[in-house]
Amino acid sequence: MEEYLPLIWAGLIGTAVAMYVILDGFDLGIGILFPFARKEEDRDVMMNSVAPFWDGNETWLVLGGGGLWVAFPTAYAVIMPAFYLPVIGMLLALVLRGVSFEFRWVAKPAHLMWDIAFAGGSIAAAFLQGVILGGLLQGVEVVNRQYAGGPFDWLTPFSIFVGFAVVAGYALLGATWLVMRTSGPVQEFGRHWSTPLLLAVLGAMAVVSLWTPLTVDRIAVRWFSLPNIFYLWPIPLITALVGYLVFSWLRRGDDVKPFLGSVVLFLLGYCGLVISTAPYLVPPHLTFWDTAAAPSSQLFLLAGTVFLLPLILGYTFFVYWMFRGKIGPGEGYH
Amino acid sequence: MELDPVMLARIQFAFTISFHIVFPAFTIGLSAFITVLLLLWLRSGQEKFHRLARFWTKIFAVSFAMGVVSGIVLSYQFGTNWSRFSEFSGNVIGPLIGYEVLTAFYLEATFLGILLFGWSRFPPWLITLAAALVAIGTATSAFWILAANSWMQTPAGHEIRNGIAFPVSWWAIIFNPSFPYRFAHMLNAAYLTTAVVVLAVGARYLLAGRHPEESRTMLRMAVGMIFVTAPLQLVIGDMHGLNTLKHQPAKVAAMEGHWDGSKPGALVLFGIPDEKARKNHYEIAIPKAGSLILTHSWDGRYPGLTSFPEKDWPPVANVFFAFRIMVGIGMLLIAIGLYGAFLWWRGRLFEDRWFLRPVSHTWSLGFIAILAGWFVTEQGRQPWVVQGLMRTADATSPVPGASVAGTLALFVFIYGIVFSMGIYYINRLIHAGPKGDVAEVPEGLPNRPLSAAEEAAREATGRPRGGGPGFSLGTRKE
Repeated sequence: MEEYLPLIWAGLIGTAVAMYVILDGFDLGIGILFPFARKEEDRDVMMNSVAPFWDGNETWLVLGGGGLWVAFPTAYAVIMPAFYLPVIGMLLALVLRGVSFEFRWVAKPAHLMWDIAFAGGSIAAAFLQGVILGGLLQGVEVVNRQYAGGPFDWLTPFSIFVGFAVVAGYALLGATWLVMRTSGPVQEFGRHWSTPLLLAVLGAMAVVSLWTPLTVDRIAVRWFSLPNIFYLWPIPLITALVGYLVFSWLRRGDDVKPFLGSVVLFLLGYCGLVISTAPYLVPPHLTFWDTAAAPSSQLFLLAGTVFLLPLILGYTFFVYWMFRGKIGPGEGYH
Repeated sequence: MELDPVMLARIQFAFTISFHIVFPAFTIGLSAFITVLLLLWLRSGQEKFHRLARFWTKIFAVSFAMGVVSGIVLSYQFGTNWSRFSEFSGNVIGPLIGYEVLTAFYLEATFLGILLFGWSRFPPWLITLAAALVAIGTATSAFWILAANSWMQTPAGHEIRNGIAFPVSWWAIIFNPSFPYRFAHMLNAAYLTTAVVVLAVGARYLLAGRHPEESRTMLRMAVGMIFVTAPLQLVIGDMHGLNTLKHQPAKVAAMEGHWDGSKPGALVLFGIPDEKARKNHYEIAIPKAGSLILTHSWDGRYPGLTSFPEKDWPPVANVFFAFRIMVGIGMLLIAIGLYGAFLWWRGRLFEDRWFLRPVSHTWSLGFIAILAGWFVTEQGRQPWVVQGLMRTADATSPVPGASVAGTLALFVFIYGIVFSMGIYYINRLIHAGPKGDVAEVPEGLPNRPLSAAEEAAREATGRPRGGGPGFSLGTRKE
């Protein structure tokens, strides 16, 4: 049992991060698209379509970070100082956009400042999350189980590219969310942006898929060595297929499928990244096992998680289900 | 001047956590208050309870948002600024934070959506249930966070191997010696603080002759709450102090300004502690009264600061003054509770301007006391981050001082804007006051009650879905 605990926890944290990326992805995406919606009513509808959920969505980020501390304290203690500036920048960006959900309504009609904070905070948070991801993929300098690099090691052309890719990806989730959850001009707006964003995301996925093996040897070995290549070749193929399906669903005017398809695209990209990095939690030095917490600590929280996580998923689903259906103009204001 | 990364990291953490703690304290109390209002409304059907619940829910929403975003920052700051502490203590207090997220954070964050946005869609009982779950969530959150903090004050149930703490008994870790006192002290502080805010708002309306029905209810509920919780806080605080004397005697010595442990301690009402001269200047003190409080004997002895090596002293003056601010406010709140209850008994609670006018300005007292109390306990633990196990100076991240200073400046700038605007908006909401549902219609559309046809349709489809704006199930009792 004990040797599997780190794997179980890696799976749980991986799930939390995936949940976060998808759930906060669409609501950060709404913020990214905010500047492109001109009318105030449209922005109201956009914000209302995610307002009941954003707080729950962001809790997955706390679970991801908190879970990392619980299960892999050394990884937490290396990654956070390594990405000190982008992590704190991202947190401050989340502060600005988070309070905007409430402040924007209370400030009306003088709410321009919070429109800017919501959009700017969402864009900055998404970009910096991408930068952190890119920096992590490239690897972190570790000596003696502590971060040993400088304050700007994460700043590379690759990490900046991944930053933009994540902004485009979240915007795609946001746009297809609007297609699914709204009607009228806001839905039109979502539909209008979905296709170019889809193409940008597919392009970015292709670039990352080539860039990482070309610059990082261990990733090239992982994907292109025998026999791995036999098992792994369907992943890019399925990704291309799903990309095509989303494209055609958008052209056919489907409401729900483009969002679900975009989520699948995200999950496929996520799988690709996991395949590239596992079993490293802090590439290229520390694996799941190197950084794992004491087995009794991992077990203690696991015992509760087994009961609580299904409960959380249950009531999260309940709340989404209660708020199902299209959002009309002016609805949802409290 | 060289940037000291330890000091900068401490300032940054003190800054972010001080801003944060104000909001959880308020939302713990407020969610419980809103739940009580909704239950009263469901039971009695009186509209004033409904209006009050809606009104305070708006204020709750703004406060909660600020609490959430400033709390997420903290969950990452352990790693960014205190990575050596994170690695040292992760096995022990990591799971406590994990349980906080799983048992509390999700609960409150998810059901908040229903409480804030469900009024036009869901029946009143579901809104009330959501409010109760949010209230339970916020209190549970306090349970785990205070367990983790208390372990840093009075660590127990662990063993140290290779310089890292490992769990031995989870029960002993969670219910460590100071935890029950600290948890009770903080939870009661949250309810007391919120009652003081409600009292101030009620008094403000009454003086202005606005919302008479609502303000009377607020005044009665708040005075009743302060009358009970303020004296209770003194009792819990006293027990907490005795517990601290047992486990963290240097902290108590700093709180009391007590230097020489070979003599009975005085109760120092005022003084300026001087670490170099090892005495208090301009001291006003009641001889031996400190010993009476802490040892229950006029001639009892307890350690003074000179009983400890100077490298183990907390910053004496900070702890000393923060303690006096907390206790002073506590005494004032007890007086407010007693006098308010007296006026209520005499039937003059709603008329006595000598009471209403001052209390309409005292909304911030509880918050100041909470901050002062945390300054006492956190600075009183210095120079340790985990009492007796790890010094704060050994707990920081390998991050250059310039990074910490730069982000500290950003924190000050952004928190300064966000929180001052937040308080401004809360004040504006209070100024606008509780209203019927008309006020919530965003586009100026007239409010319309639930029509019979719509109700029939809703029952037929079994879907409590609201129609257009201003449509509110909450305006009617069914």
